[in-house]
Amino acid sequence: MGDSELVRKMYESLGEGCITSPGVAHIEIHGNTVLGLHLVPGLVVEAEEREDGVRAMVRIEHGARIEKPVNMCFGLIPEKGVQRIEMDVEVGEDAAAAVVSSCTFPNAVDVLHEMQAVVRLGPGSEYSYLERHVHSPGGGVKVVPRSFVDLGEGASFMADFEMLRGRAGELDIVYEAVCAASSVLEMNARISGSGDDRIRIHEKATLSGEHSRGVLTTNIAVRDSAWADIRNTIRAEAAYARGHVDCREIVRDGATARAVPVIEVTHPLAHVTHEAALGSVDSKQLETLMARGLTEDEATDMIIAGLLSPRYKAEVTR
Amino acid sequence: MDRSILEIDDLTLELGGRRILDCLSLDLWEGHVHAVVGPNGAGKSTLANTVMGLSGYREYTGTVKFLGNDLYGLSVDQRARLGIGMAWQEPARFRGLGVEDFILSGSEDKSAEKAADCLMKVDLDPEKYLDRAVDGTLSGGERKRIELASILAQAPRLVMMDEPDSGIDVEALKRIFDAISVLRGMGSTVLLITHSMTVLEQADHAFLLCCGSIQDKGGVEKITEFYAGRCIPCDHKNRPEEGC
Ligand SMILES: Nc1ncnc2c1ncn2[C@@H]1O[C@H](COP(=O)(O)OP(=O)(O)OP(=O)(O)O)[C@@H](O)[C@H]1O
Ligand SMILES: [Mg+2]
Repeated sequence: MGDSELVRKMYESLGEGCITSPGVAHIEIHGNTVLGLHLVPGLVVEAEEREDGVRAMVRIEHGARIEKPVNMCFGLIPEKGVQRIEMDVEVGEDAAAAVVSSCTFPNAVDVLHEMQAVVRLGPGSEYSYLERHVHSPGGGVKVVPRSFVDLGEGASFMADFEMLRGRAGELDIVYEAVCAASSVLEMNARISGSGDDRIRIHEKATLSGEHSRGVLTTNIAVRDSAWADIRNTIRAEAAYARGHVDCREIVRDGATARAVPVIEVTHPLAHVTHEAALGSVDSKQLETLMARGLTEDEATDMIIAGLLSPRYKAEVTR
Repeated sequence: MDRSILEIDDLTLELGGRRILDCLSLDLWEGHVHAVVGPNGAGKSTLANTVMGLSGYREYTGTVKFLGNDLYGLSVDQRARLGIGMAWQEPARFRGLGVEDFILSGSEDKSAEKAADCLMKVDLDPEKYLDRAVDGTLSGGERKRIELASILAQAPRLVMMDEPDSGIDVEALKRIFDAISVLRGMGSTVLLITHSMTVLEQADHAFLLCCGSIQDKGGVEKITEFYAGRCIPCDHKNRPEEGC
């Protein structure tokens, strides 16, 4: 298969066409090959192909404001293979960028995808990162993302992880973030698991600077014999740091969900809360929709679709 | 000839070991706007929940018939498909569920225009609200109006509105009354549950509910007079004896 054919197939699996607009930066990586790279002013990318993956340095220059979301597309079209991505992201002082990262393994039978990312946000910078996954219906994929995020003073980092199409397979996410003064962190995961999917999320945010804020939100729906284990931690170490851990998991059939929120405070003027609800859908929500004529199953599907939509965001209590 | 849409006979229901509805009987005429008034704790919401068949309100004695069908044992959605609809005293919040999807959930017409039209009927700007979620970021009054918009889209044959005025400002209340007129115009029967005189005035007929049973019924003026003059100060002294 030629390069352009692979790129086309990757975007097709996402339900999209290739990116043609010159104003939109994009990079496509299939296995260990960089198939496409298009940059815009203010964005620097250096990519190095390795035996089983790619190492990429991404830099948003000081003060640069990248207007349109940068598209990153990772994936493997064949049924088997390994893809290891190492990414160093540096967001310069007062720079702003949004990245939409699509990870597609539409035919996976035995695929391993590892991502090791270090993201450093300069003071006053803004970086939003949406990572959406499309997996095969058979779930033959193991996804292992590891990220470390360092937020400078007044920086803002919004991450949104979405796994809704195909089966999650084995998903093992570990994210860690450290937040300097007045920085804002939001990490959001929306995942649907079925079959014998295994979902593990361990996130940790340390609010080390005064007035820093962090929210870790997880919304998950599991069914069949899928299993989800969420351990999210917020530690607040400075005055006026505010944090919230929020977890909602809807369980159907013989699935299992577990949530262990850990909140830790080491400063008397910091404040951290958590909220978790696991199990069936809320009966009032269910009956409200059933009173519109929806069957119980239809109403449940609609409630779950809402929960997993990007519309929902938890907030810190002031 | 006026025909009955909802016939309730000797309805008795216990919650937590207490008799909340007590040999309650009432009859609603199709196409009319009815009101049930009564003090806090009288059993008004319980009555609506029982007619809708919500969980916890399914075991009762007596009969509840909708257009001749005995509702006993029917699920909420089966009742909805017969034509019963309800607006809650405190509407549910849904994480992430879009206003448009919610409004159209019971509508045959699934177009965005339909959702926008129903929102405008409750005086909310579709541009501002269609993309939002029906969650805690909406004010209580906004959620009530959005729920009413969803009822307009569903157009049930019987609409029970539990305290349509709670959390609603004066201007918005006028729009809610307009929406009640719209429902009336569509031929729906409306049951307003309230302890507000202003809401009561919208009705053609009223029932006074106290201590789980109907104490009086008739024209709105008569019930208003009785409710304000004798019922509110009565402190439930007219509680009926046990047994129908
Ligand atoms: N699950 C329950 N267990 C025990 N008692 C209950 C239960 N649900 C309601 N009740 C009681 O039943 C009575 C009637 O409640 P209901 O909500 O129907 O009153 P209401 O007329 O709607 O009052 P309001 O005007 O305050 O809305 C109240 O005394 C209430 O405390
Ligand atoms: Mg009530």
